[in-house]
This record gives sequence, structure tokens and C-alpha cells, in this order.
Amino acid sequence: MLTAPVTLHAQAQPATEEIEPVEAIIDIQLVTSPGGIEAWLVQDNSIPFMAIEMWFDGGGSLDRPGARGATNLMMALLEEGTGDLDSQEFAAAQEGLAASFGFDTYRDEVVVSAEVLTQNRDEALALLRGAIVEPSFDEGALERVRQQVISGIEYDLTDPDTISGRTFNALAYGDHPYATSLDGTVESVAGLTRDDIVAAHRSALVRDRVSVGVAGDITPEELGALLDELLGDLPGSDLPLPEQAEFMAPGGIEVVEFPVPQSSVLFGNEGITRTDDDFFPYFVMNQILGAGGYRSRLNQEVREERGLTYGISTWTGLSDYIAMHQGAFSSSNDLVAEAIDVVLAEWEDLSENGVTAEELEAAQRYMTGAYPLRFSGNGSIAGTLAAMQADDMPIDYINTRNERVMAVTLEDIQRVAERVIDPETLQFVVVGRPDGLEPSN
Amino acid sequence: MFRRLGLTLGLAFTPLAVQATGEISDFTLDNGLQVVVVEDHRSPSVTHMIWYRAGAADELPGQGGIAHLLEHLMFNGTDDMAPGEFSETVEANGGSDNAFTSWDYTAYHQTVAADRLGLMMQMEADRMRDLVLVPEEVETEISVVLEERAQRTDGSPGALFNEQMSAAYYRNHPYGQPIIGWRHEIRELTIEMLQDWYDLHYHPNNAIVVVAGDVTPEEVRALAEEHYGPIPANPDTDDQESRVRPAEPPQNALRRVIYEDPRVANPYVSMLFPVDETLAYDLRSQATLELLRAVLSDSDFTSVFARELQIENEVSLFAAAYYSSTNLDNRPFTLLNMPIPGRSLEQAEADILGVVEDFLEEGIDQAAFDRIQFQWQASQIYAQDDAAGQARSLGTALTTGYSVEDWENWLEVTASITTDEVMEMARALFAQDPAVIGHLTRPAPETEEEEVSQ
Repeated sequence: MLTAPVTLHAQAQPATEEIEPVEAIIDIQLVTSPGGIEAWLVQDNSIPFMAIEMWFDGGGSLDRPGARGATNLMMALLEEGTGDLDSQEFAAAQEGLAASFGFDTYRDEVVVSAEVLTQNRDEALALLRGAIVEPSFDEGALERVRQQVISGIEYDLTDPDTISGRTFNALAYGDHPYATSLDGTVESVAGLTRDDIVAAHRSALVRDRVSVGVAGDITPEELGALLDELLGDLPGSDLPLPEQAEFMAPGGIEVVEFPVPQSSVLFGNEGITRTDDDFFPYFVMNQILGAGGYRSRLNQEVREERGLTYGISTWTGLSDYIAMHQGAFSSSNDLVAEAIDVVLAEWEDLSENGVTAEELEAAQRYMTGAYPLRFSGNGSIAGTLAAMQADDMPIDYINTRNERVMAVTLEDIQRVAERVIDPETLQFVVVGRPDGLEPSN
Repeated sequence: MFRRLGLTLGLAFTPLAVQATGEISDFTLDNGLQVVVVEDHRSPSVTHMIWYRAGAADELPGQGGIAHLLEHLMFNGTDDMAPGEFSETVEANGGSDNAFTSWDYTAYHQTVAADRLGLMMQMEADRMRDLVLVPEEVETEISVVLEERAQRTDGSPGALFNEQMSAAYYRNHPYGQPIIGWRHEIRELTIEMLQDWYDLHYHPNNAIVVVAGDVTPEEVRALAEEHYGPIPANPDTDDQESRVRPAEPPQNALRRVIYEDPRVANPYVSMLFPVDETLAYDLRSQATLELLRAVLSDSDFTSVFARELQIENEVSLFAAAYYSSTNLDNRPFTLLNMPIPGRSLEQAEADILGVVEDFLEEGIDQAAFDRIQFQWQASQIYAQDDAAGQARSLGTALTTGYSVEDWENWLEVTASITTDEVMEMARALFAQDPAVIGHLTRPAPETEEEEVSQ
């Protein structure tokens, strides 16, 4: 098809951890089905299709003891057949309807998404209902998908970015589910039984923990009936959600020796939750420090001034059971020590001096101006609506968000910087063969 | 509402009522700048892209990577703008901007509120002619690009392997060189070479502006006349008709590439089949090749490779075909097979060629072909959701030898292609031997004897 081939981008894409609503340029309707299931809807009839996204709270962190990876494997098996349809018949039916389905597993939620044409919406969603409510979990498909998942885990073991993430989590989270990969290990996935998969399905896809976002060509009435058909037969939850996590990393630099020419670096410490009074100052501070593309301090100092990396960014990681402030970059093995020194110097400067009035004003202008532009496309709107509900954000949050960004003062940022920006506790994980940094494990 | 539908689902074809896509307008300024507008009034934003008909395959020998390095340096300032001011201004207006380079083009784009389009054009027109190259900035940017190469290519066995496969395939054509360049050549690029590259290629008669979003063609024309209109055409820069690259000699010797890397998790084999040179620029032939690729590998479950190799015979973890019709010159048709653990790459070669042989005998499953045709027609509906994506697709087409009319006719042509045409293409393609067969694999483990003797 006439689509773009592989190309090179000049600048790294900024991390987009933060999910933000728009100003009232989109009209969100709260729809409650006859059976009591809620959804947020942005109706737009200009293109004859709709997108729906369903976030089920719990996610990979619900894996039962000894069955790490079960939720992830279960979600990969949902498209492998339902009722009388085996995996190929299911795929043929879906392709014949030109519908696209997604089944994804994250730490705190499993996500089911779909884009379906108006002209065959009922047929497409009937097929999706079968996948969610009555998956077959056929033994043959289980073995095949298990092998695919294991080969993916093996691939990840050779990927420096994945290694840095897993090493960081192992250092940071003790025995919380966040400490280990939701994919599981080669051994744990090899040991999963069909019963584990059935139990994971029972725990993850429950009607009382779902947040639904919808955008596109559908009326509230049509959506209400559809929600009951799609989700009404799911059971209620039977497992408690995870406990709060505690950040346990000691700070300093951890090196994982790995034979690559460039070191992959992940760093971070505990951040601030969305419900905290300091959240907005923290959010704006991070924009100035490392989230804002070109103009961020870290991009200026590490890339533009010194050419030490192709891209560096920081983000506010808002997991359900801990808030993290993290960042990442890659630098050649002979430059990475210098790059880490520059990052630490920026940490010191921010914690001591805060930011300037010019920086604050520029960040506010960017954040409030960019806000309405993020909401184009039914798929991204549906996803955002689901995420906002999963994060317990009020439906009118959109009208106050820009005001709260604009209300942040220099003093607010100074206070927040002193609270979370501390070079002593900042934990670095370096994967590679960095010059001048001794492996400590 | 749903449940009574049951098993007839796979047969539930209905004719697809495709609505008109967002209106597309196309005009050319007196100085040769082509402008294309995609209207989409659903959200108050606009994507502005400028595409130059100059990419890595247009570089002079020894200057590999210069198209991409200049792309980086286009953000470093003009006589009117300080280094970095371009991106700072976009950000200050709440927008985002970026750029990318391929073998056939270099493109720059911004997404902003629709009322900032004039500002974007003003800045883009400024840096089309008045870029200021500064030695220290060139030096720093070369470091950044070397880091980029380390991250994208040197850190990835698969990327290093692909680079070697292309280098082995093309013996005369510049597609054999990586877009980012070889490390040793990137290091030697000079400010004079960059200035020459910029002076030769960055002119309105070598560029295409694509604007998609909440604007009208009249507004775009007025703004384009105001900002780009005053820049004179460069008579020394011909249009893309003159972009003649060295032709490939006949592919009559099989080359084998063995790339070993201890970081390889799952070894695989890759085979490059030459595509007839005379098929370049022929819309129907290119669409037929894309359909062949789709029949072989578009679906993880129902396509020929997935069904035979992954699901029924369980000899592959992954198998696929690749082909890209959007290139100025032909690229090869690629088959890839990643066998299950314990199966050799020699067996993997035989496995996938065996499936191809069966396919040539048995032909295409008509129901599967109908599903692909229907999905491609439906993609026209889904594509309307993404005006920026349409801008990118149009720009790619226009810088790789297609016209706006071709782009608009693509689906109609595709819908008229028959299974017989696809099979004829397949027979011609696979009657040849591959030109290159590559193995990406781990080094053999040390022998047991050596281990015992330690």
C-alpha cells in the first residue's frame, strides 16, 4: 500500500506517559447502559466507524503466586478462538468484517480495543464479545502462543532497554508485582497450565472493574444496548487489587555488563501522585526538566550542547500503586559517564535553584497550547476517555486542567523540586560496557 | 442483538459504501513549488509538511549520510533565526515538529493550531534558503548522529544484518548504502559538502508542501503565495524526472550473507528476490506486488505463510513477506523465516521455499483474497480518521514517482486486480532464484573438547 517506508527521525519522540484531557472542544457524554455499565462517549458521525477501548483494572499485577505471566498469555489467547470458531476461523471472520481488535496487558490493567465499521458493527462486536466472554483457550493454540511468548522473552533478554527496565524494577519494588516482568520468565511461562489461563481470565476480565471509552459514529442509545451485549455476561471480581508499592532502590549507579557499543541508561526515583496537591507543579517542573521536546534542560545540556546522546527524556510515571519520576537515554560507552555527570549536575541545580520565570512561562504556553491538539482520531480519543476513568478523573477535569497548569508559580516548583529532586537518592541503571563506571553486580 | 449471528460471520460480506475522502486539492506556484491540501475540519489543528526530492540515494560517493545530517542541521538557525529557535517557536505555540529522511526524500513537519499555519510557512520558507551552517554546530551534530547510529543500528543485530543484506543486494545502485550513512563516512562529512548539498537541493521547484487539517485550499494558496511565492526557482535543480541513479546489472549470481552476533535471540533466514526493473512506476504492477505480499503474510492466522509454517506444520515462530511499492527505484521482494528452536536455517530456507512452491501450484484461496480486498477498501474509511497520516502517505507517493491522481486511484486499481494477475506476478517473481540469501545467527558455541580441556 502507499504507506511510508522506514525513515529516520531527527529527534527522539517525547515520552507520553501523561494522559491529558482536552478543553471543551470535545463533548463527552456519560452513557449508562440499561444493565448499569458506564461509558464515556464522544459522538462524531462524520466517518462511518467507531472506536471502543475497555480498561479492566488489575492487569498483570493480578497474576497468582507461581503463575507469573498468566494474565499476559491469557490476553494473547483471546483472539485464538471462541465458540465453534478456531483461531483461523476467528481471524477470517474478523478480517471479513474489516474490524481491528487489540488485546493488551499492562501492569495495572488489561485493555481490549476495537475499531469497527458502522455497516457491520453488530456482527463485529458479537465476534469481540465471544473473544472476551467465551474464549476457547484451546490446548493447541496455548502451546503455540506459549512458544511465541517464550521467544519474545528470550529476545528481550538481549535488548539493553528491556534489561535496564527489569533491573531497575527489581531494585525498586521488593516483592511487589511491579518488581518482575508481567511477561513472566521462560520457566514460569513454560509451567503455566490451561487452568492458570482460565483463572487469569476469571480474575482480569470482570464487569465491575471496567472503564469504557467510545468515539465515533454511534448514538448514546445504541451504545447503551451495545455495552450490555458486550460486557453484561462477564462475572464480578474475585481477587483483591494489589497493595501500594514502596520504592526501595538505594540510589547511585548500578551497572549491568552487556556487550553493546552504546550503554542504555534508565534513572529515577519516587514521584508525586495525581491526587497530591503538588501534582501540577511537579508536572510542569518535569516539562521544563526533561519532558518538553527540544527545549527541555536535559535535551539542551546533554544533546544540543555536548552531543552525548540522540535523545533524552524524563516522564511522570503514574502507576496505580506508586508514582515514579523516571528518565532514559543511551550514550556510547566512552561518553556515558560524562552524560550521567551532566544529568546529576542538572538534578543538583534544579533542587537548589528551581526554574526561571522564562522557563515556567514557556512551559505553560506549550502545555496549554498543545492540549487541544492531542485529540484527533477516534482511536486516541476512545483510549483517553477510558484512561481518564481508570485514573478516577472527573468528567469535568477537562475544563479545569489548563487553569491548573497556569496557576503553578515559581515558588510551587521550588517546593516540589526540593521535595522530589535529590541527586543522592537518584537511582541509575546502566546496561552496557561503560568506561569509568565499575559494574557493581 | 449480537448472539443470533453465530457462525455466518465469516461470510457476512456486504458491499462497502465508501464515502468521499477529505477533499484533496493540488496546485503549483509559479516558482515550481507543488502544494497539496487535505481538508479535515473535525479538529482545530493542521499538519504542515515540506518534502524535498532529495534523499540518501542522491548523495555523492563518499558522502553517505549527508542528506540525514543536513536534516538535523536544518534546526540550527538561519540569518533570521537563532539555533534552536525554529523548534522553540513551534513549542511556544503549543505545536510539535520533527523531520525524517529516506533514500528518496527529506521531509519536515509541524502540527499546530490551524491559525498558526502562516507562521510555520514563514519559518519553513526562511530555512529553505537562508540556513546558516556553523562549524561547532556541525561538529556537535555529527556526534549526535553517531549516537543515533549506535542506538538505531549498531545496538541491533537485526538492523546490522539488514544493512549488510542491502549492501549485498545492490552492487551499483545507491540503495545499497544505509540512509544514516556508514560510521566512517559520517565522521568525514564537512561543512562545505553540507553547504553544496543544501544549495543544490533546497529550492521551491524541488519541494512539495502538503497541508492537512482545518484549512481551506484558498487559505493555503494565499499563505503559500505570501511565504513561499517570493523564493525563486533554481534553474540548476531539475525536477525528479532527472533523478537518474545508476542502474543495477542483472542479478545472476547468488550471494550469501552470514551475520553472526551473540545478541541474536532467535536466528532467521532472509531471501531477496529481484523485481523486474520495468515494473517501476507502473501502478497496477506495484499494487499487484503489494497484494501478493498481503496474500502471503498480511494475517497472523489466515495468510499462506502463517497458516502453513506457524499453525499447521509448526516449523516457524514467524514467517513473512515484505515489499514496499513507494520507492523511486525498485526494491527487492523479501521472504523471512524464523524457525522454531532446534530447526536449522537450512531447513528454514527449504520450508519457506516449499510453501512458495505449493502456493504456485494451488493458487490463491478466493475467500481469503476477497477479505483482503474488503479490508483494503475499508482502510480508506479508517484512514480518514488521520489527516496527518494522509499527508504523510501523499508526500511519500509524490516523492517516489506517483502523482496525486495515482494516489487517489490506488484503491480502485487494487480492487480491480484479479487472483490470476497476482498468480502471474508470483510465478514470474519466484521463477528466479533469490539474489541474496542471508542468515542472522549466533556464533557457534565452543566445542565440548575445548571446554573439557580447560
